[in-house]
Amino acid sequence: MKLTQISIFLENRKGRLYDVCSLLGKKKINIRALTIAETEEFGILRIVVDKPAEAVRALKDNGFMANLTDIVAVEVKDKPGGLAAILKILSDNNINLEYMYGFVEKAADQALLVFRFDSPDKAIEVLKKNKIKVIGKEDIKNL
Amino acid sequence: MDVSFWQKDLETIERQPLKKLQLKLLRETVDFALKTPFYKSRLHKVAITSSDDIKSLEDLKKIPFTTKDDLREGYPYGHLAVDLGDVVRIHTSSGTTGIPTVIYHTKSDLDNWTDLVARSIVATGATKKDIFQNMMSYGLFTGGLGLHYGAERVGLTIIPAGPGNTKRQMQLMKDFRTTLIHITPSYLLHIGSKLEEFGFSLKDFVLKKAYCGAEPYSGNTRKKLEKSFGIDVYNSYGLSEMNGPGVSFECVNKCGMHTWEDAYIMEVIDPKTGKNLGEEKEGELVFTTLRRRATPILRYRTRDLAFIYKGTCRCKRTHRRISRITGRSDDMLIVNGVNVFPSQIEEVIMKIPEVGNNYQVYLEKEGALDKLTVKVEIYSKMFTGDLLQLDSLKEKIINELRAAIILTPAVELHEPGVLPVSEGKAKRVADNRQKI
Repeated sequence: MKLTQISIFLENRKGRLYDVCSLLGKKKINIRALTIAETEEFGILRIVVDKPAEAVRALKDNGFMANLTDIVAVEVKDKPGGLAAILKILSDNNINLEYMYGFVEKAADQALLVFRFDSPDKAIEVLKKNKIKVIGKEDIKNL
Repeated sequence: MDVSFWQKDLETIERQPLKKLQLKLLRETVDFALKTPFYKSRLHKVAITSSDDIKSLEDLKKIPFTTKDDLREGYPYGHLAVDLGDVVRIHTSSGTTGIPTVIYHTKSDLDNWTDLVARSIVATGATKKDIFQNMMSYGLFTGGLGLHYGAERVGLTIIPAGPGNTKRQMQLMKDFRTTLIHITPSYLLHIGSKLEEFGFSLKDFVLKKAYCGAEPYSGNTRKKLEKSFGIDVYNSYGLSEMNGPGVSFECVNKCGMHTWEDAYIMEVIDPKTGKNLGEEKEGELVFTTLRRRATPILRYRTRDLAFIYKGTCRCKRTHRRISRITGRSDDMLIVNGVNVFPSQIEEVIMKIPEVGNNYQVYLEKEGALDKLTVKVEIYSKMFTGDLLQLDSLKEKIINELRAAIILTPAVELHEPGVLPVSEGKAKRVADNRQKI
């Protein structure tokens, strides 16, 4: 199933990432995964959190530009070739990947990956058919 | 010092015959102006229906001023006084909005303009032996073509280099032994600062003179340029509404720019009251074309601030001199010699839906050159979280601005609420350039 990722526009000025993280901390929102896409002058912080709706509300109330995107999180074996196996499935099924990043993970033998697809529903179908575990909304809270 | 002339009779004409000539030409100009829809309506309102209503130069004061906005309202044909078939060239310049100012020229208009430039060139002591590298823009901007044709008429050897590509400019100056350049003062400073980096030294050049214009600069900057290059720098003034370069130019004595008063009636007014200030008092320059047929313009408010010198010049030219331009009476910005109105920028960016309410025009010096940055806030509802979208938005803003203001600005995207909120236009512009 699809998860929600929050994208936040970050100006390249001092303390801006701290501002986001400290706000989420105060609201007791836990970041489960994050990545930053950057250019010279600005970046986009992408995060997966346990309470996305609350997080977006808090961010917007505090003047941040934030937007929600559907993503797919999957569990793979934390061993060489683990990611390659998934990418092969996607490629064989003509699923287009826009970007991806790694996930904070506590269980030792599994790695969690976040994917952004242009057609997430089709991707989930393909992944499930290939017995890849797709993380759900409840799972994310318990990670 | 040797003084040469191009049209000696006209350049040294006594003041009384000059005034008589001005009146004759003014009357002709009024008749041509009355052929345009704009002046027909404007002059009829003040009871001028033919040149018979202009009996003396004093009658000029009955004519209302013409502003840039008046020219814009007449765009594109409202100020054309001849058959389009007789027009041989069009120049435009930046307007306060997307609509530019257009000036049409007949063959004889260009011919007269070319003579004014030729006069200016000869007045600085340049001759057909000079190798002239023209580093002003060719095209709709009048700086390049204006000097080009004047120099060609005098017989100089022209290198039509245009601006930019500094290393090539230096190579051309060295290989062809350039003796004279036409350049913005900031670009000349830039060249001076880059010689070593590009592997040149002053010994490679035989430069003697530079004509500097298109942007204001101080007497001290002139001295600095003259000293560092070992050349004479001559001040040049012009605006496309009055043809372009060759309106006012310094002679060998470098004591103010002679305005060619057989081609223009020059006034200096108080920009607030419109009152004539006469000589020696700084105010706004106002010009009336006397020899232009296709686009006659009466009492054009240039918004450039300067004053008229009293007394005559040692070169025996009787045409009065103006000081260097000290500023503007409006908010026009001059960025590397290109005229830009903040309202042009506003018009462009406010049409882009992804842009929020706030923006700032930021000017600074990058070395000797001007850098223009347009900072905009993103409209938060348009934010999709996609980096490519932001990159292409930036590209779009740059492209649309370039189309409107000719310059390529830097564009910065900001979060809403970050840029200073302003009540008026003035605060939208942050000019942190040091004056040169």
